[in-house]
Amino acid sequence: MKVVGRIISKGIAEGEVLMSKEPISFLGGVDAKTGIVVEKGHPLEDKSIAGKVLVFPRGKGSTVGSYVLYQLKKNGKAPAAIICTSAEIIVAAGAIIAEIPMLDRIEGDINALFKSGQRAFVNADKGYVEVF
Amino acid sequence: MLLTKDEGKILDGELGEGKQKAMQILKTIGEIYDADRLIPVTSAQVAGVSYKTIGDAGLEFLEDFAAKGARASIPAFLNPAGMDLKNWEEMGIPRKFAEMQLKVMKAYASMGISATCTCTPYLIGIRPKRGEHIAWSESSAISFANSMLGARTNRESAVTALASAVIGKTPNFGLHLNNNRVASVVFEIKAGMSKLTDFGALGIFAGRLAKERIPAFEGMNRSFANEDRMKSLGAAMAASGSVALYYAKGITPEWVVPAGIERVPIEQKQLDEMKAKMQSADSVDLVTIGCPHCSLQEIKEIAWRLKGKKLKMKLWVCTSGKVKEQADKEGYSAAIREAGGLVVADTCMVVAPIEQMGFKSTGANSGKAAIYLQSLCRQKVSFKDVEELL
Repeated sequence: MKVVGRIISKGIAEGEVLMSKEPISFLGGVDAKTGIVVEKGHPLEDKSIAGKVLVFPRGKGSTVGSYVLYQLKKNGKAPAAIICTSAEIIVAAGAIIAEIPMLDRIEGDINALFKSGQRAFVNADKGYVEVF
Repeated sequence: MLLTKDEGKILDGELGEGKQKAMQILKTIGEIYDADRLIPVTSAQVAGVSYKTIGDAGLEFLEDFAAKGARASIPAFLNPAGMDLKNWEEMGIPRKFAEMQLKVMKAYASMGISATCTCTPYLIGIRPKRGEHIAWSESSAISFANSMLGARTNRESAVTALASAVIGKTPNFGLHLNNNRVASVVFEIKAGMSKLTDFGALGIFAGRLAKERIPAFEGMNRSFANEDRMKSLGAAMAASGSVALYYAKGITPEWVVPAGIERVPIEQKQLDEMKAKMQSADSVDLVTIGCPHCSLQEIKEIAWRLKGKKLKMKLWVCTSGKVKEQADKEGYSAAIREAGGLVVADTCMVVAPIEQMGFKSTGANSGKAAIYLQSLCRQKVSFKDVEELL
């Protein structure tokens, strides 16, 4: 299945889908050294976002979160790609400086389209994602 | 969003990687928020300076960004750092923290961004005019510039303000457009509001209620509502809500308040209750004044109040390096030191690592500080006026 979205940060990546129905705070919510979600009570708590196609509604929390995405990338623990319902300043700026492919405003309901564990191919040069 | 030919060249990387990244950020933010174009800004105030808030992640990015050739193309200046850049040892800042903070300063210096290190650039001569477009990113400075000066800025993030410093432009949306600068809630002030903490308490209350909306105040007593009090009000509203612009009748240069919007009366009793609610410490290890950074007048008052006194607790009077120089010259810093206090430059109680320095309970006369000392700095707080704290 192939769906189109809006390009936020260019690039191409493939990986396993990791889905969160809750927003993510990168500052304080994700360990920049390990890529593991550490926010207490978060649906992804104790899971690693490294190498995943991370699907979530939007970022939340401090704007320093942008820098955490950059550090994750340098540590080799960044998500392979990011798909948000609607991009906001923190995650969008973070994806751009970290060069992580990112789309938002996917056609259709992302909660119905994606499931954790699926494989996805994200083409953020052309603005689409394929799910297998 | 449409880019000009020259902007397109920057985006294609013809002017180097630093500028290209900055343009990518501005273009994307502009598209997310449906801006039609980029507009020039006359200055950028860059937050994300304290090593306590940006950590290794921010430091790494800034060093790399500087190495990629990112340079400020317009007047650009910094928000407070995590310590007094000269007298950090006297403040008791851990050496390891200081080393990392100095690396952050070096990265910003190499990008040509001035180390003003203040949340009150308007107290050191940086006062954009009414209608002037700017890209500022410290929440209380944003509020003051939009409201008290009538300048135009969105709530920039550390990254977007840095991108604007490099490009000299910002996407045209939000508070840059007059249509979006209309109040939607009026607070009718029936309280006396004679003290600074009244303004802080009102700020906490109004910010919680207004959230990201634009509030207006009617009935504020002009003789009490000086710039020092208004900076405290704006700071608290930006901390308890996300208020970036307010109007105050007869005080702010603009008043865009339509008829028929929600009206909320404010009595002195509500402000006194708010102050009591913010109170969580009986005694304090440290008293901090200067959130936002103190004006010379505020420092003068503290010096006068401390004449012949010996303080039982530590005292930090926080201000910019420039205002501290004036306070040194006038003898205010020496008078404060005589009583056992310290005038500290370039930093404040919120962004300095006070929780790593053994402080458990802190006094402050600022509504914004009262909020962040509890959350960011894990302190018990005494929220009172200077005359009660000292």
